[in-house]
Parts: sequence; structure tokens; C-alpha cells
Amino acid sequence: MSPAEGIAISGARDRGGMSGAVAPMIVPGHAPERGRTAMDDLQQSGLQQTVLHDLHVELGAKMVPFAGYAMPVQYPMGVMKEHLHCRAAAGLFDVSHMGQVVVRARSGDVADAARALETLVPVDLLGLGEGRQRYGMFTNDAGGILDDLMIANRGDHLFVVVNAACKAADIAHMKAHLSDTCDVTELGGRALLALQGPLAETALAEIVPQVAAMRFMDVIGVSSQFGALTISRSGYTGEDGFEISVPNGGAPGLAEALLEHEAVAPIGLGARDSLRLEAGLCLYGSDIDATTTPIEAALTWAIQKARRPGGAREGGYPGADVIGLQLTEGAARTRVGLRPEGRAPVRAGAALFAAAEGGAPIGVVTSGAYGPSLEAPMSMGYVPRGLDTPGTALFADLRGKRHPITVSALPFRPNTFKR
Amino acid sequence: MKFTEEHEWLRVEDDLVVVGITEHAAEQLGDLVFVELPDEGRMVVKDEEVVVIESVKAASDIMAPVDGEIVEVNGALVDNPALVNEDPTGDGWFFKMKLEDMSVMDDMMDEAEYLKFIG
Repeated sequence: MSPAEGIAISGARDRGGMSGAVAPMIVPGHAPERGRTAMDDLQQSGLQQTVLHDLHVELGAKMVPFAGYAMPVQYPMGVMKEHLHCRAAAGLFDVSHMGQVVVRARSGDVADAARALETLVPVDLLGLGEGRQRYGMFTNDAGGILDDLMIANRGDHLFVVVNAACKAADIAHMKAHLSDTCDVTELGGRALLALQGPLAETALAEIVPQVAAMRFMDVIGVSSQFGALTISRSGYTGEDGFEISVPNGGAPGLAEALLEHEAVAPIGLGARDSLRLEAGLCLYGSDIDATTTPIEAALTWAIQKARRPGGAREGGYPGADVIGLQLTEGAARTRVGLRPEGRAPVRAGAALFAAAEGGAPIGVVTSGAYGPSLEAPMSMGYVPRGLDTPGTALFADLRGKRHPITVSALPFRPNTFKR
Repeated sequence: MKFTEEHEWLRVEDDLVVVGITEHAAEQLGDLVFVELPDEGRMVVKDEEVVVIESVKAASDIMAPVDGEIVEVNGALVDNPALVNEDPTGDGWFFKMKLEDMSVMDDMMDEAEYLKFIG
């Protein structure tokens, strides 16, 4: 599982320069700018490319700017079929734009790295066993989320994966606070692939047989014909699957070898967004940001007992006073799932109301799309305490009308992790 | 068949004009997931928003390409918006209009001009 990073193809919000995700957007009724194409935009904007760029182009991907990179938003299969293929077989995602960082204590003891990183995240890292991974978040002094991330114990160091849009800030943040005891090093020469879906194990095991023995959130290092791989059994689609860190030199070969398997198809950022939303997972910059706390974001499960009030190592991270109070007394608002009536998606930015008429907005939608597996639209958003129970009938602004929308349990469909 | 710069096509069928979006537009929009059609019998003027569509990417409006009356809508799209992607110039039509003056279509692009327009 990598931190939330799908794509906000929901038009209402433009976070982190993702509006280009739909370029060249042709809206019937609105003539497009003539003679300008998405590729022109990409070439002119000095975007970075992942090591798989040529392969994406060869596969017919539509490339769009995302977090400073040219990334595939969809392949010729199209968003809907890519989504369904990932749920039925296996999907290969290029997530090489994300940051891969090693945190190594100069003492050589991984516990010292864990102790140091615990000052930045409300997560139990001393209790994270070797070869295991955990989800976490960097917090600020107000308890808001600076980024979400995955942290793995690799025996002699911690391996951290952060969102592309935040990686420079995250690395600076870690260097500023951990440098007394740790070296913080970005792994610039490595790509990151995600292979997700019920046949992910079958496909990957043909190249790396060891993966068949892994459980959800296990992490292993293995040598392969594509170089030294770091593999976690995780992902961000709600499916069983793997994330594979591979040296740049071996990445195209590994991707091509996986794509040769009949079960595997390449999947773009468009389907990645609907997959993660069906799985109830947060997109950083949309569902969570510096103004939302982990408790408001319903990520309380990510804060283990040891770091909670009364725990062995309670507090000791930025915003611990705010988060500790919310852990004890609850937050005033909560992230919930929302199911709009009918087929129309209710997208990010839509205001939520308690009644069909009158009254001020009580909340806001932060993600919304059509769920191809759900065969219905789905949204997530923030609502006040008391209106967060599944089944609560609310209304969302949809093109100026109040549209019925019901609070729903998350995930929208059961996750299929291999526990 | 005639085409507009807004990527709609118009086809004369008996005394009516059938309207849809082009294959190029359907491809750019991506998979459609929602279609909201106007009421039959509604009088519309050119550039009035008559249809709301949502694709996996975003919401869009389709405007009336000419003045006239909406006499029939393609109800099949409500349950199966994917028809627009599968067959944009056939089963994926949106509505049929009755025009006061069919000659307003004379100035619109033909297929060759439209293909040149989209480059």
C-alpha cells in the first residue's frame, strides 16, 4: 500500500496542478483551444519523466502532468475497463514518481531510526517488526496532516515511501528533524511499480517465487534478473497486490516481463483514483491535508495504542496535544463515505446540507467519482459529529440543486487483502 | 451529416434532426457514466444547455446546436451511458429536434471539414 496518490480528475478542485489531468479536455458545447495538444503542454512545461516513460508511450498511454511528472492517466483500454480489469485479474501501475527514502540511524540500530521517526509521526515504529510495513502520516503542530506515507522496517534501516507532490518537503522535514541521529537519503535511482489484483501473486510469483509466502504488509528484499528488489505486499486499490522497488536499469524489463503475463494490463492514474475511492482510501491534497487531523480523517486506526494517551510512548509528535484530545473526546467532524442517489457522481468541492432546503452547508465533498465495480457513484467528505452515522440522509449541491446523498460505511466494497 | 465546432453531429432523418457527439469527443471525454436528458417537447434556443453528461473524468454540458423543439430523447442512454462511447454516431444519439428552418445547417461543417478542424 502506498500513500494516497490517485488523481483528482474531479473537476471542481484543482489541487497540486492536477487540472491538466483531463487535457485535452473537449467539452461539447465549448470549443477547445485549437492546435494545442496535451503533448505540447507536457513538452513545454519541463515535466520530469519516470524511467518507464517510453514504455507508456509505446503502450498508447495518454500522458498528463501530475505532481511535476508526465504520467499515464489512461491506456487505450480506458478508465472503466482498466478499473474492472484490476479487480478481475491484475493491473500494473507506474508509481515511480513517489519518493523512496531510506532513514538509517548512524548507530546502526534500526530502533534508533524508529525512535527518531516517531517524533514526526503518531505511529508505533518501535513495535514494527523487521520485514513489516505500516501506514502513517507526518503531522504539523495543529495536528494536521503534512503527508501520508508507508514505513517499512528493513532490519538495519527504515524504508519510507511518500507522495510525489510532497516528497521534497517531506525529505527536508525529515532531514531537519532527524539529522542529529540519522541519515536521510532519497533513493533517486529506483523506480516503483505496483501490481494489484487477484492474479497479482500468480503473475509476480513467476518472476519472484518468494512472494507467494508473503502476507499483507510484509516486506522482503530479493535479488532478481532485474536487480535487487524491495517488495511489499500492499497497494492502494483495496486489492491484494505488491509494490516493487526496482533499480531504474531493471524497471522497463520488469514491467515488460509482468505485462507479458496474460492476466496483467497497464493501468493509469484515472482508474487508480476510482479504485482507491471504492476502497475508501484517502487522496492526499483532497481528502486529507494540513487542515485535517488523522482523527477527523477517520485514520484513528493508524495510531497504535503505544502512541495514544496512556500508552507506553504517548504523544511526542507534532500536534500530539490536539490529536490526543480528539482521541479522547472525538473530533467535531469526520470523513465519511457518501452514496449519491441515482447515477450522477457528486464530485470534490460539492457542498453538503442537512436539509433539502435552507440552512448553511454542514460539510463538503472531498472526492467523488463513478465506481465501476460499485456500479454507482460514490463520494467521500467531511460531516459534523452526529451526522456521520451510516444511513444518515443528507443533500449535496449538484449543479445548483440539492441532490439526496446518504452517509455510507467505508470501504464501499470489501477489501481483499491477504491477511 | 453536419458537424459543429462543439463536436456535435447533426443528421437529417425525415423532417427531424438527430443530434449526438462525435467519436472524437466521446474518445476525449472517456467512458460516460451519467446522462441527463431534457424533457420531450421543450423549446430550446441555440447554445442553451440541454443535456448534462458525466464521464469518468468530469461533467460536461451539451448545448442545443440550433433553435428548435426537442421532440424525442434517447432514453436508453439513462441506463446505459456507455452507448455513447460504443456507438457515438449510431445508438449513442442524444435527441431529435424539429427545426423551423432547416437551412441553418447549411453553414455547418461537413465531415471532411470537421476532420480537418480536429486536426
